[in-house]
Amino acid sequence: MNMRMGVTENTQRRIIEYLKEGKRFDNRGLFDLRDIQIETNISNKSEGSARVRIGKTEVVAGVKLGLGIPYTDSPDSGVLTVTAELLPLSSSKYEPGPPSEESIELSRIIDRGIRESEFIDLRKMCIEPKKEVWTIYLDIYPINDGGNLIDAGAMAAVAALRTAVLPKTEKGKDGSTRILFGEFTDKNLPLNETMPLTTTFHKLGNQILIDPTTEEEDASEARLSIAISQKKKDHFINAMQKGGKVPFTVEEINTILDNVPKISKKLQEVFEEKLKKAEKLNK
Amino acid sequence: MTYTKRFDGRKFDEMRPIEAKVGVIPNADGSAYFSFGDTKAIVAVYGPRPLHPVFLQNPQKGILRCNYDMLSFSVTERKKPGPSRRSKEISMVTTKSLEPVVQLSQFPNTVTDVFISIIQADASTRCAGINAAAMALAHAGIPMTDMVSAVSTGFVGKAVCVDISKEEEDYEEDGEKDVSDIPMAFLSRSDQMSLFQLDGRIKPEELKEVVEAGRKACKKIYEIQKEALKAAAIKDEGKKK
Amino acid sequence: MMARERNRDEENGHAPSKEEFEEEQEMKQEMRQDDMNKDTQMLQSDEEFEEKKERRVVVPGEVIATGINFLPGENAKRDGKDIISLRFGLEDISGRIAKVIPLSGVYLPRRGNIVIGKITDITFNGWLIDINCSYPAFLPLSECQGFVSKKEDLSAIYNFDNLIVAKVISVKAKGVDLTMRDRGLSKLSDGITMLVNSNKVPRIIGRKGSMVSMIKDYTKCDIVVGQNGMIWIQGQDLKNELLAKETIQMITEKSVSVGLTEHVQEFLENAQKTKEKKESK
Repeated sequence: MNMRMGVTENTQRRIIEYLKEGKRFDNRGLFDLRDIQIETNISNKSEGSARVRIGKTEVVAGVKLGLGIPYTDSPDSGVLTVTAELLPLSSSKYEPGPPSEESIELSRIIDRGIRESEFIDLRKMCIEPKKEVWTIYLDIYPINDGGNLIDAGAMAAVAALRTAVLPKTEKGKDGSTRILFGEFTDKNLPLNETMPLTTTFHKLGNQILIDPTTEEEDASEARLSIAISQKKKDHFINAMQKGGKVPFTVEEINTILDNVPKISKKLQEVFEEKLKKAEKLNK
Repeated sequence: MTYTKRFDGRKFDEMRPIEAKVGVIPNADGSAYFSFGDTKAIVAVYGPRPLHPVFLQNPQKGILRCNYDMLSFSVTERKKPGPSRRSKEISMVTTKSLEPVVQLSQFPNTVTDVFISIIQADASTRCAGINAAAMALAHAGIPMTDMVSAVSTGFVGKAVCVDISKEEEDYEEDGEKDVSDIPMAFLSRSDQMSLFQLDGRIKPEELKEVVEAGRKACKKIYEIQKEALKAAAIKDEGKKK
Repeated sequence: MMARERNRDEENGHAPSKEEFEEEQEMKQEMRQDDMNKDTQMLQSDEEFEEKKERRVVVPGEVIATGINFLPGENAKRDGKDIISLRFGLEDISGRIAKVIPLSGVYLPRRGNIVIGKITDITFNGWLIDINCSYPAFLPLSECQGFVSKKEDLSAIYNFDNLIVAKVISVKAKGVDLTMRDRGLSKLSDGITMLVNSNKVPRIIGRKGSMVSMIKDYTKCDIVVGQNGMIWIQGQDLKNELLAKETIQMITEKSVSVGLTEHVQEFLENAQKTKEKKESK
């Protein structure tokens, strides 16, 4: 239907009223996730790809590898480029055209989580220092926006990276490397154990919750996206981004931080379980 | 005829395995998925809805606007995000292939947007897109006088091959390219053609054979599209707000 | 006959209940659908007008009848000897009329429709309303309830994002005109809303309002069903409101099924039993 009407203020008021009692329309707890499904290798032309479903939200992500010149300030590191395109097919909210503020923010939040956690060992993606390095292109596309694109997108990105492999290459006569597109090795990307997963906390009324549905997201006043990675038993926050018009109180920030370890642990568990399931199907 | 056996062992009039599903994007007014073997297309239809800016509006009838786009990782060499000249042309021929059947005269000043995304590409992407778009438009409740089905038929080394694969697209004989790629779309009831393109080298009488093979294949595709729509009616998803 | 009686009642200021309102809505919907069926009585029992018959799902271009004995009804057209469907929907052959009941499609406003809309803009002489169709809808100042002085601030009457129940008085190429000057029309405060495809509305209302009445009885909720697919629900507690919403959602998903009334009744009864169990603990 033409989604012109969006969520009404009547429903929004009810959502906030109900939240005061710690309840949500779908009976979830404030820090419960909807059902998560992961599929990998959704494009056999990509070096790695994945589809993540959280509730009705669906996001796909893919990894393509290329060759390029390193940045001057990191001459022996590979290059990572993350883009997100808010496809108009995923919601009537998005229009075709050049990247919007929203899509740029989405790509940069996911980028920082991966970069700051050093999940990818970019040093190992160097072919010849100062001259030739691998470029990792990570592209994220929502297919259905049912709320919480940031977390679903970040998860799809990481699932794609986990399952990505290097393409075959050959050396040209002049010594340069040439990628044999469409031919893959079975060598995974050099990854560290600090895998980042993002959780976005939303403030509605005086309550904090995670993984909002579209209705809840429309009623959300502020959000705080946090990329968390684990090293041994410790949790680390690698990136953060506040969004929304309303400010957070310090108490609210503390509540969020108190819940980070518990939620992160649950999220990592669910992710590993679903990823394993996905990989089994591919064999 | 130099091409006597197809690379993947198919018969000459055999298409790759097809998967067709309707109702795959809950937010859309209508949506569908269609695949020919490894070529996967997903489509969402939004509309009829108000068209802005106003100068684009047609006061006599609604506008159909198709937007074809390939995901960057759908191809072996990364496709840079954003429209290309190729995608703009395909968007246009897709719109033209569906316009003859779509009836938007009762929706003046509106636009019906058809968004096509190719998730995985292995030749025939525009045809997969058209097949999914036709289902998605019907699913969205757009009045149509007919369904549209499309397939790429090729003339590979003088053999008429239905639904050519990427490998066949690159067929060479004695170091020279010897293949014609001919995407076609047919209206299901009237057998009229709304898409007809060609790349290659073929004699007019040979082309007639190709058209006939394509027409027959499209009849089969129509049955699949019909089944997918009927299956969706049974497990139709209502909208929630 | 009945419609004319009701119109007279309106003019005489007869105060209606929401049930009578729903009934009228439903009747008007039926009348619109059965426009061509005036001579040939629908030989159905008192059950839902679609329920007892297993209707075939058809796609655009598909033949639903052949021969000159048949006439094309809504969403169908003659093509040579055949009558073909113009929509994705359920074929419906009644007597000589072959038509298609659509399963999807944008809401097409008709004169007399009762709709629920949202205020999206306020101009100097009225309100722009979103009624979930392809055209803007306008509520002129002269058509709002009660007397409004020239100096009054329009936003004090209906403000941005407010929900109203209004009636369609005219449909033109440029837009739709609404009125609030009729019984039962008002602003809707509180409650929750849901949006369904407008083609499902007849099923949700049911014959003579029987389906929506059943939901109201079981959930003890006030429910207003707009012809445009917007539905407003207000109950004593959110649990009941959500139950009503869930029931309506289920109807939209199973709308092609036969025996829907029984299914819905069972669903509501089970919900009530679960509730009673919880309360008795």
